[in-house]
Amino acid sequence: MAAQPRRNRVSDPDMSSPHIRKPVSVQREMFTVLLALVPGITAYVWQIGAGILVNLVLASLTALAAEALVLKLRARPVAITVTDGSALVTAWLVVLALPSIVPWWLTVLAVLVAIVGAKHLYGGIGQNPFNPAMAAYCAMIVAYPALMSQWPAIGNTDFTTQWHLILGGERAIDGLTGATALDAMRTGLRGHTDVTSILSSSAFGFVGGRGWEWIALGHLLGGLFLLATRTISWRQPLSFIIGLGLTASVFWLIAPERFPSPLFHLASGGAMLAAFFILTDPVTSSTTPRGKLIFAVGVGIIAWFVRTFGAYPEGIAFGVLLMNLCVPLIDRSTQPATFGQRKEKRP
Amino acid sequence: MSLPHLFRFPGGIQPDAHKKESSEQPIRPVPLPARLAVPLVQSSQGSARTIVTVGDKVLKGQCIGEAEGNAGTAIHAPTSGRVTEIGRYPMAHPSGLDTLAIVIEPDGEERWIAREPLDMASASHEELILRVQASGIVGMGGAAFPSHIKANSKIDTLIINGAECEPWISCDDRLMRERSADIVTGARILRRLTGARRVLIGIEDNKPEAITAMKLVVQAAADDGGEISVITVPTRYPTGGQKQLIRVLTGFEIASNQRSSSFGVQCFNVGTAHAVCRALVHGEAMVSRVVTVTGNVEHPGNYEVLLGTAVADLIELCVAKPGTERTLMGGPLMGFTLPRLDAPITKSSNCIIAASNTLFPPAPPEQPCIRCGSCAQSCPTGLLPFELYWSSRAKNYDGAVHYNISECIECGCCAYVCPAHIPLVDYFRFAKSEIRARNQEKRAADQARARFEARSARLERDKAEKAARLTAKAAETRAALAANKDAATDANDAALIAAAVARTQAQSQAQPPASGQNGGATPPEPSI
Amino acid sequence: MIGITLALGIALGYAAIHFKVEGNPLAAQIDALLPQTQCAQCGYPGCKPYAEAVASGAAEINLCTPGGDEGAHKLAELLGREFKPHGGPVVEKVKVVALIDEQTCIGCTLCIQACPVDAIVGAAKQMHTVIAPICTGCELCLPPCPVDCISLIAEPRTPQNWRWKYPVTGLKVVA
Repeated sequence: MAAQPRRNRVSDPDMSSPHIRKPVSVQREMFTVLLALVPGITAYVWQIGAGILVNLVLASLTALAAEALVLKLRARPVAITVTDGSALVTAWLVVLALPSIVPWWLTVLAVLVAIVGAKHLYGGIGQNPFNPAMAAYCAMIVAYPALMSQWPAIGNTDFTTQWHLILGGERAIDGLTGATALDAMRTGLRGHTDVTSILSSSAFGFVGGRGWEWIALGHLLGGLFLLATRTISWRQPLSFIIGLGLTASVFWLIAPERFPSPLFHLASGGAMLAAFFILTDPVTSSTTPRGKLIFAVGVGIIAWFVRTFGAYPEGIAFGVLLMNLCVPLIDRSTQPATFGQRKEKRP
Repeated sequence: MSLPHLFRFPGGIQPDAHKKESSEQPIRPVPLPARLAVPLVQSSQGSARTIVTVGDKVLKGQCIGEAEGNAGTAIHAPTSGRVTEIGRYPMAHPSGLDTLAIVIEPDGEERWIAREPLDMASASHEELILRVQASGIVGMGGAAFPSHIKANSKIDTLIINGAECEPWISCDDRLMRERSADIVTGARILRRLTGARRVLIGIEDNKPEAITAMKLVVQAAADDGGEISVITVPTRYPTGGQKQLIRVLTGFEIASNQRSSSFGVQCFNVGTAHAVCRALVHGEAMVSRVVTVTGNVEHPGNYEVLLGTAVADLIELCVAKPGTERTLMGGPLMGFTLPRLDAPITKSSNCIIAASNTLFPPAPPEQPCIRCGSCAQSCPTGLLPFELYWSSRAKNYDGAVHYNISECIECGCCAYVCPAHIPLVDYFRFAKSEIRARNQEKRAADQARARFEARSARLERDKAEKAARLTAKAAETRAALAANKDAATDANDAALIAAAVARTQAQSQAQPPASGQNGGATPPEPSI
Repeated sequence: MIGITLALGIALGYAAIHFKVEGNPLAAQIDALLPQTQCAQCGYPGCKPYAEAVASGAAEINLCTPGGDEGAHKLAELLGREFKPHGGPVVEKVKVVALIDEQTCIGCTLCIQACPVDAIVGAAKQMHTVIAPICTGCELCLPPCPVDCISLIAEPRTPQNWRWKYPVTGLKVVA
């Protein structure tokens, strides 16, 4: 019997357990996130104009090219990482964080900062301590504060105008840009106007900035889709909303004429985008269950303080970067107890 | 009876069960193979000592290897025939290493040795335990821990593990459907041995027929005093892991450095309970077991397989379909690729899977970890596999120990859910075996250090004693001289001392400078 | 002020007496990192003498052959010294133990005297044997043997000492 060589064939010893895998992949998760961004982008195009699409295309191409180039330089497998969609997610988030009428070179520069600076210089996907999109946003707002505060005006959605703003190079922009809700609120409050009269201005809609609140709703829808598909955890969005909302509530209850309502805060700026798409970035967020809560609450609180007292109208990006810094510490101190070490051991 | 309160363990996964492929056919016998190679080591704790020689005629169930030491378990001839060889045969182990095995050529008669059932009413506890050991009973769920050790502890709750959570495997399911009476009898014997107050039989809810069959038997003899209950547990891998099932049924969490008996709990597989009944009530030693053969084969099902049957014989019997690339022993989540198909079925082999690339696709290429934390959510012991992965990959073993790598049960949940397709368990197994090797080296080094120091101290002491003896001798000689002649001059005296000093010096110079303790001139002395 | 000085002085004196460190802790720490083969290939009669020499600065950190580069790295880390690669040829670390051919052994006891860990038993004119679990494979018993009856054999592979391989990682493949 032993004479039959086929029976005693030596098989590949590298094939070890488990021999089955759940049909999941990084690529699938990333493309789910891209899909979830579509409602927000649709609302953007509808309310603000199609100019953002130009930037999205530009950013995507830059991101893929930069990613491929750096991977090649670092002698890493190119194809598998470029096609995993992570560079596209970063690019889209950068575009959504920047004003949609910034000149083309600024978009390209921001994406390069995100992909090359914030991601690959730290060791590539999985190794970067800072959220690439937020790092790029902060770099841009510090380097080009003027360009970064020119947001498209509501009601002027003409694509040709936006196309010229993005690619034309000249910035004859009076009447084409407007203040965002956060900006208007900040300027108004600094000028000692009370919240109610600021809110009555044309820049405001139902709860937040006119037009912008629809985009926030779009991101909320996309976020709920991500939650439903279990692509993201509920912990960061919920605790971010609680962190920002609760801080805002406390001050709003104390002095409603000086501090806008929590609903205003949540519907304005990048709150919804951050809650579901930025804070849930697995690489730069905390990884432990309790850590995720602490991380997102922290971002919410910092965001409120920067928005209210800081030099910049939007504070989420700074909140994210600051909390990114704390992640190793949070992770260390919230390491869950292992089986047999947990407190509720006794029945 | 009130519904028992069940507990949860963290994590877990719910892969496709694939049990129907093999679970719908009754347990079938296997035709006698041409050769049976029974390995001497069939328990995790000890070995057997061969008591037959080549050429001996043996009967089915005859002891061919006696239990060695307290932890050893006996092995028996799986059929009647002749011992043709005692030599090295491949082991059912991922390493593919050889081990000593007794090879028996069946005579085809299947003649049993005289079976001696124990009289359960009169047999003492010690007799029963001895019989469990002499019948070669070890845990049949996979760990192969000697059952007589587990059965010899005093506990409160006895758990019979019929969860069988791993996909594709159905041998325990079939056993419970067809031989529920024997299992319950075995459970009663184990309850008597352990003095348990209650017996909980845990079965996953995807095996309704097994639950019904077991409940029927338990209810039919409910009036025997003790409490035996069949408990349906939710289907979630790895509920069938001993620690996980104990957690689900009793709420106790047992860490890797603890014993379940110190919590008053002991867990036996249904197959083990069945084997205990066969051995004690019917006098049949463990010579066969039920094995699921499934996967890419024409005739999947459960088979009563004689121990020592080559895996290749089983695959041949069930006819592997084209496209079979490799063969797994155990389930798809914890089983290993058999390096050699002439490895034998042992007491802990529960499943053989013929694997094709369509049923079990090879792992996609590993991608960088994105710290998504899916692995941590799925880990049934609450570990952070991605942290363990960073440490293991960097060969930072201290880091791996810090993140409690010893608690990892290698269940494979983390690698199952990983979107980056990282072979996490491979990294953990690598790190664990390196850590184990390092600990062994550390122990050996400590022992060597102690022995070296003891030896150095002894040589020092010998030298000191010798010097003292010489001085004493010199003094004695001088005293004798003084007493005898009383005319010894100072010069004479000095000469004697000088001679003694010269002797000592000659000794120390003869020593090689590198290893100063080797007394070159000292006479050789026996040492232990 | 004087009171504080006195109090601190007393406290320091107390600490010096009560928390006195026995022996040379650095040498012990170094000794703990050495493989304890006691092979004397470093030029010192054993691991502890070498550890003491390193601690006193008399010896380099890269002299230990069984420890190899890995051991030198550990010592460099402990002592804050610069790492120096081990000079000799890099030998693959396979644990070996000595085996005495009992047919050839003449019972001269020379190997017994050479063994640094007393792993050889026997008496004059009696056959000797090696206690394998204690043998460190230092090879010191080989040269003294007048009949060359000692050989080094690799420890047999068993499931207990078999190790899993480092996983093959796709990341290393350059596209």
